[in-house]
Amino acid sequence: MPEDLRTRSYPVGIAGVALEQLERNVADDEAPPLPPNARLSVIGQSTARLNGPAKVTGRATFTVDVKLPGMLHARMLRSVYPHARILSIDTGAAERQPGVRAIHVIEHPLGRAQELPGPGEPGDAHRRVRYVGDPIAALAAVTPKAAQAALERIVVDYQPLPFVIDLEDARRSDAPRVFDRPVRTEFFLGPAPQLPQHGNVHGPDTSASRGDAAAGLRAAELIVTGEFRTQVQTHCCLEPHALVADWRPEGLTVYISTQFTAGIREELAEAFGLPLNRVRVVVDAVGGGFGSKSRIGNYVLAAVELSRKAGAPVRLALDRHEEQIDSGNRPSTVQRIRLGARRDGTLTAVAIEAYGTAGVALGASVGNFAQSIYECAAFALEQSDVFTHAGPGCAMRAPGNVPGAFAYEQVIDELAERVGLDPLTLRERIDASPLRREQRRIGAERFGWSRRQPPGSSPGTLKRGLGMAQSHWPALIQINSSCEVRILRDGSVEVRSSVQDIGTGITTVLAQVVAEELGLSPQDIAVHIGDTDFPAGPPSYGSRTTASITPPARNAAYRALRLLMEVVAPSLGTTAERLIARGGRIGTLDASRSITFREAAAQLRNDQISAVASRSDDYGGFGRRMGDAAVGRMGLGGVQFAEVTVDTETGRVHVERVVAVHDCGRPMNPRQIESQVHGGILQGISYALFEERILDRHTGHMLNPNLEQYKILGARETPAIEVHVLENYQGNSATDAYGIAEPSIIATAPALANALYNAIGVRLRALPMTPAAVLTALGRVPCGSVPP
Amino acid sequence: MNGFEWMSPGSLEQAARAASATVATAMACRSGTPASDAAVLKAGGMDLLDLMKEGLLSPRRLINLRTLPGLDRIEPAGGGLRIGPNVTLAQLAADERLRTRWSALADSAGGAASPQIRQIATLAGNLLQRPRCWYFRSRAHHCVRKGGETCFAFAGENQYHAIFEHNGCAIVHPSTCATALVALGARLEITDRAGAKRTVSLEEFFLLPQADLQRENRLESGEIVTAIELPAQPASVRSVHLRYAQTESFDRPLAEVAVVLDLAEAVCRKAAIVLGACAPVPHRARAAEAALTGQRIDEALARAAAHAALQDAMPLSGNAYKVPIFTAVVRRAILAALVA
Repeated sequence: MPEDLRTRSYPVGIAGVALEQLERNVADDEAPPLPPNARLSVIGQSTARLNGPAKVTGRATFTVDVKLPGMLHARMLRSVYPHARILSIDTGAAERQPGVRAIHVIEHPLGRAQELPGPGEPGDAHRRVRYVGDPIAALAAVTPKAAQAALERIVVDYQPLPFVIDLEDARRSDAPRVFDRPVRTEFFLGPAPQLPQHGNVHGPDTSASRGDAAAGLRAAELIVTGEFRTQVQTHCCLEPHALVADWRPEGLTVYISTQFTAGIREELAEAFGLPLNRVRVVVDAVGGGFGSKSRIGNYVLAAVELSRKAGAPVRLALDRHEEQIDSGNRPSTVQRIRLGARRDGTLTAVAIEAYGTAGVALGASVGNFAQSIYECAAFALEQSDVFTHAGPGCAMRAPGNVPGAFAYEQVIDELAERVGLDPLTLRERIDASPLRREQRRIGAERFGWSRRQPPGSSPGTLKRGLGMAQSHWPALIQINSSCEVRILRDGSVEVRSSVQDIGTGITTVLAQVVAEELGLSPQDIAVHIGDTDFPAGPPSYGSRTTASITPPARNAAYRALRLLMEVVAPSLGTTAERLIARGGRIGTLDASRSITFREAAAQLRNDQISAVASRSDDYGGFGRRMGDAAVGRMGLGGVQFAEVTVDTETGRVHVERVVAVHDCGRPMNPRQIESQVHGGILQGISYALFEERILDRHTGHMLNPNLEQYKILGARETPAIEVHVLENYQGNSATDAYGIAEPSIIATAPALANALYNAIGVRLRALPMTPAAVLTALGRVPCGSVPP
Repeated sequence: MNGFEWMSPGSLEQAARAASATVATAMACRSGTPASDAAVLKAGGMDLLDLMKEGLLSPRRLINLRTLPGLDRIEPAGGGLRIGPNVTLAQLAADERLRTRWSALADSAGGAASPQIRQIATLAGNLLQRPRCWYFRSRAHHCVRKGGETCFAFAGENQYHAIFEHNGCAIVHPSTCATALVALGARLEITDRAGAKRTVSLEEFFLLPQADLQRENRLESGEIVTAIELPAQPASVRSVHLRYAQTESFDRPLAEVAVVLDLAEAVCRKAAIVLGACAPVPHRARAAEAALTGQRIDEALARAAAHAALQDAMPLSGNAYKVPIFTAVVRRAILAALVA
């Protein structure tokens, strides 16, 4: 063993089921193994959000609240056509408007697929806009009103072109082309091989396939098939995409509502040719992101450009209409699934053909759900992106796996019915996860699964149904995540990282981690985050924040404490190794001598001691590494049970109750985890029953670009929700903690769909499951008229 | 939103004289860009603010009726009730007299919009609000109701549009309270610029597209709704309003039905059945009323009446699903009125 490694023993397994000790060789400067939560005083305890009072009293500063002296206000001009060539843009009249300080014409927009220029080909002489809302220009003026008035003076000469917004229409060979040339294939994680492109169809991507699915299907004793459709969902962040850009000779500062301060800094530095030390990105409170605030967009570049031109800070906040049409969305999908199985329910083959549209962007894949969740040696996945003249999709809470699970978990239930097994029994046979086994057991018991009746047997008009579905999500880690812990001479403690709290509560979790290590309480810790002047933290997407930043936070606290103990050990007549911090005191292991933490800090020679730590590799190694990200060896999961009532005369589905059993490694703050799971379930119900972007077939305009006509679940659609979180120890890091944001939404829609089927005996294979869809499925809608 | 002047009139007369247009006339235009010289009346302002923020209405001046005294009371009048135009939906929903004798109105007001909006929205404003049709509300679609050439709903996305009486325009009337008030036989008192008052039955107040494509009612510029009059109800009258929406929290209804029955035991002496969210005006289901009149109401008769109510439905390409929904809601409303 190398000298800097040390063998240590970690608890491994599910608390309350089976806990063992596992020996691992870990670096010497790692904080020692943490016992299970039952033996800790702060971690694992429900702790109220430290920034909760500021939020509920309106004191918290969101980006939209940021006001700088001399700040200008920007607005963006957007295409009113779904497809057009811009012959000319005349900004002269706008420039002469009173109060206008800068105008920026967007020539190379981001956030969409990028065409590969052919050899020796000149670029287009004129820019094309490709969706209603495609940004064309931006300007900054002294008031929002002046900006809006000037915006209306910009004269754009459009040459409208044929367009296609329907997914099926766009697949036809004679459909209007969104892109004339092949586009660069992009994967969220790492490089990808170039895929074929015919017309608007980019793909298929078959890289997730394994084994011989054709042979597996031939060997099957029965085959279950299904075609599923999912709609476009928008993120609907309550705080819009917003920033204040402040370009100065000495550097650029950007206040922005973002999920990744450090990433925005890198992107801005690259876009504007600035060194990293001249770019600072700051965020305090964030009003929702759900994936849509992960990267810079055209609005960010425009605001920075305007600030540079005007020599003044520029504020740009999208309005609700812009949010709905141009801040990303969850792509729609069509999935054709064939399952080959034996009569005992085990799978011989899975074949999925999927296509979907992220409008002018790529990324409509169905994720890794079907390929990862159940055992099957033969798996064939062909997935294609279809371009349409519609606003770009982007990552949205468990991208791919949400539509993927809606389809796959229904097919699995169909298989269970075909082979005469209870849905839980079938999953016992094909799901190797020991976590989900325990989750099914707990969930079934708490939910009362034994009450479930045969499909369609519920009597009367109001039918009751019970269903369940499972969740799978990879455990992602950002390996370049760093955190600093400072102990100041007055005994106060500070945590510093650029990691941002997008409402998920990492502020409080960081305070807990450091408090546990230093023997203090969370309220004693000042958490300073959301600023790239601090060590670079992870993004808050991919459910990776907690897994990435809590181990370095604990290690930094541990190392800072060691330094403090070195200082105070002589005064306690011992050595640092024989000291322990607990209950606000530092003392000897036998508790015979101790001083308060504050007295200890007062002995410092300098004003502070500080330690910075970065995320170490998982002690057991990563499953996969892709750039700055890594995938843990074990996935995250969960099982959700839903009880619904269906009014068979009006088609309305009401969710009465959801029982959710999840895992996220070591649960850090149960109350916050429960809150996250509530959010996932509510967003999942809303996706399953209500939300849908509706585009006008004749003009390509979104017809419900607000929060009135775009339907979202409200208080009265909120069911009783019970959350149970397993403590799952893996001995992988200094905290062994993982995320829960995405696993918590994946199982909801399919659990509702399976419950709906159980209620009415007819399966709905398209989202959202509206009254129109339910009545149509029940054959109650008069012929000749069907919902569009 | 455009800038505008704010006027707080000292009296109804002053307000009426200051008004230069109704919201409907201020919005109608050939070009697609509404004129910006109108002075319009504002009560709760819920719909007005929406229209202004969306750039569909650009008034020069808002005349605030909200602070005029005496317009927010519910008073007994000749055995019926006289409801001030500024009475809020929340007031209506909570009023004990309404809840016992005119419960259809209390139900409709209590189910409309959201609790926050019901605190501010007035009854007259609710009756006079503009349609929620998404083409009407889109600046990109200059539809017939705004002075354009086309109703985009017929060949477009019409899942929330009319299934009755959509002659040239497929909006559904947006007022939930109107459905109940028409069924209850309410009348409006309207005061003009000269202070002269007229009353009109609410049913006749509303206009179908064939009568006028650009406004939903007969209110003229300079007129103010000064009272909503509810006629006396014999103790034998029962009324209900059922509202059915995709979400129950804050959503426009897919279907709503008001049923008013005058009953002798279970025998129906007289029935008024009005369907909302299905036609450009509150839609009177006369065939259903006839089916009930003089008959003993039971489940089978209610079912037959419900089918009669829908027999003339003409769904569009995407809203035939509303027919079974209405059929169920009409039947349920009749049966609910029986035991109300």
